[in-house]
Amino acid sequence: MTKVTSLILRRMRVPLLVLIASYSISILGFVVIPGIDENGQRWHMTFFDSIYFVSYMATTIGFGELPQPFSAAQRMWATITIYLSVVSWVYAIGSILSLVQNNLLKRTIEEGRFTRSVKKLGENFFIICGYGETASLLVYALNNRGFRTVVIDNDSERIDELSMTDIPHFVPALEADASNSRILIEAGLFNDNCQGVVALTDSEEVNLKIAITCRLLKKTVKVICRAESLDTEANMRSFSTDYIVNPFESFASRLAMALHSPSSYLINQWLTGVPGTRLLEPVLPPRGLWLLCGFGRFGKAVHRFLTFEGITTRIIESDHELTEPPEGSIKGRGTEAVTLRNAGISEAVGIVAGTNNDTNNLSIIYTAKEQKQDLFTVARQNLGDNKKLFQNAELDIVMERSDIIAHEILSVILAPLLASFLQQVQSHGNQWSCELVSRLIAVVGETTPDTWGININDKEAPAVVRVLQQGDQVVVGDLNRNHLNREEKLHLMVLMISRADEDKGAGYKLITLPEDDYPLESGDEILFCSREGVRNEISWVLNNSNALYYVQTGEQESDSWIWRFFSGRQSIVDSDEV
Amino acid sequence: MNLEKVVFAFFIVLALTMNFGFFVGEMNDPLHHNVYELYAAIVVNLIATVLKFGDRTHIGAVLLATSLVADLHLIAAAIAWGVGLYVLDMGNDVLGIVVSLSAGALLANITSVVLLVVETMSLRK
Repeated sequence: MTKVTSLILRRMRVPLLVLIASYSISILGFVVIPGIDENGQRWHMTFFDSIYFVSYMATTIGFGELPQPFSAAQRMWATITIYLSVVSWVYAIGSILSLVQNNLLKRTIEEGRFTRSVKKLGENFFIICGYGETASLLVYALNNRGFRTVVIDNDSERIDELSMTDIPHFVPALEADASNSRILIEAGLFNDNCQGVVALTDSEEVNLKIAITCRLLKKTVKVICRAESLDTEANMRSFSTDYIVNPFESFASRLAMALHSPSSYLINQWLTGVPGTRLLEPVLPPRGLWLLCGFGRFGKAVHRFLTFEGITTRIIESDHELTEPPEGSIKGRGTEAVTLRNAGISEAVGIVAGTNNDTNNLSIIYTAKEQKQDLFTVARQNLGDNKKLFQNAELDIVMERSDIIAHEILSVILAPLLASFLQQVQSHGNQWSCELVSRLIAVVGETTPDTWGININDKEAPAVVRVLQQGDQVVVGDLNRNHLNREEKLHLMVLMISRADEDKGAGYKLITLPEDDYPLESGDEILFCSREGVRNEISWVLNNSNALYYVQTGEQESDSWIWRFFSGRQSIVDSDEV
Repeated sequence: MNLEKVVFAFFIVLALTMNFGFFVGEMNDPLHHNVYELYAAIVVNLIATVLKFGDRTHIGAVLLATSLVADLHLIAAAIAWGVGLYVLDMGNDVLGIVVSLSAGALLANITSVVLLVVETMSLRK
């Protein structure tokens, strides 16, 4: 029995008992109480007569006194039973109505509907906890990339907002507390199609709880969490959370990267950007004195990374007691010219407006620019609605929290190898990155590239696996030839191959930027980077034996058996079957 | 002692006893089968059924099922009696059908009581 029917039945128990009681008493009364016919004879109603009479009397239909006119005693009893039955009906109907409006019932019905629609998804999906700005970007992008999503948020307004947005697939959503393990299970945590859980709620504690719950309940599921303080991050790491996104830390580390290796920074931005948008111009942050306005979580992260890079910073902060900035910091908000002058804006080369108020940040940048024209400006954008303002403010770098988180998570989900590749980029230094930048531009042109990964296995690259099983070779160069004309190269680049390393047991060997003649092996994981749309082209070579044969040899494989017979050679497919 | 359990067991056992009281006796002898007793059996059975509503345990579901079976039999018996007597004019011959239907209900009610006893026995003291 489902929960809903059980709940309804339980609530209807008393009203039904009242109805049964009032009916049975009334019916019995009419059978027992005697009537008198025109001859003065006593007569009794049969049970049949009595049930018939009570049925139409209780429902106020009223056919009159049947089968013959009643005696005074019968009329008295009829009067009593009218009130009895009407009252019990009113009570029963009232209970049904109040049951329909009952919050518990509504909630149970909603949860039931949610669980059913999650079960029906039938495709790979992610559970997103917390539906804010970041999550809405993420849900949209994931849906466009063929992943389904399930949303949990404890705010009903946000759930309503989700149902209003235009997303190509239906997104099951539930208003509930995501830190509750029961809710996560209802959202499909144990479902085989559940690829991962993304914790993006506003509360650090809830995110942590989600990470712990998922780790303990299902080891194989991928857990991605947002953390905004180092404490929480460390705590999540101890629960082997797969990926932790700390927007402040990751922005600050990128800013530091931009300082010591502008090309690595550029590669980072390009590969994690939104495909199809214009490529970011290179930025070259200068070395020298930097002013930091606001010493909250963001300011602290930037300060730490800049200090690590050997950059002198001076902090401007209004509340010294709360944030405890280092010695020599200036008190003030940074929106006034006086404060900026005190902080030594004339010697400064860059300014970071990192308070949690967008208006203040814009005002800081404007005041600073009035004082000194050629400052390098970095501003933190807190609310997504202010995007236009920050775009028009001619800033060198804008730090938008929800954007950063959404893109990091997307790249983790869509191309798990990307994070390891970006680490490689960082370790190779600026010279190596410079060369990579020029190669990338040659391949992708002027728009942000699409970055994705595939596995060489039966599901994702059946044609390649078949050739490899026969002992023939497939090399990296085969993959970026056009299947219609093999002389034409696709706008595609293989960034990295990850291969299980037998020497290290369960370890992986990473091959960065493999040459064209590098042979592939079954089980390889490949990270691609290409122009938008090339992904569909390459799937021909991966899936279709004939297309692969053509790009490898330049010969057209005959499609039908007769033609193959006459051309006198066995096809790949045939020899495989033999 | 739990009053709810007393009422629950009371109606289930009463349903069985009423049913038995109606059933027992010579098959075709109207003196042995009182119409009031059938009426009472039906009412008590309906009450017992409603009392079993909303129990989500397995044994609760089986209890509800037995009660529904008994209701079905008894109401069928009442309808058969009414139709036989007033529509088809069968006289006392209809009693055979009525009593055998009530025998079916009796079996269901026995199952119900057995289940109740089993459930009670399995409770820790």
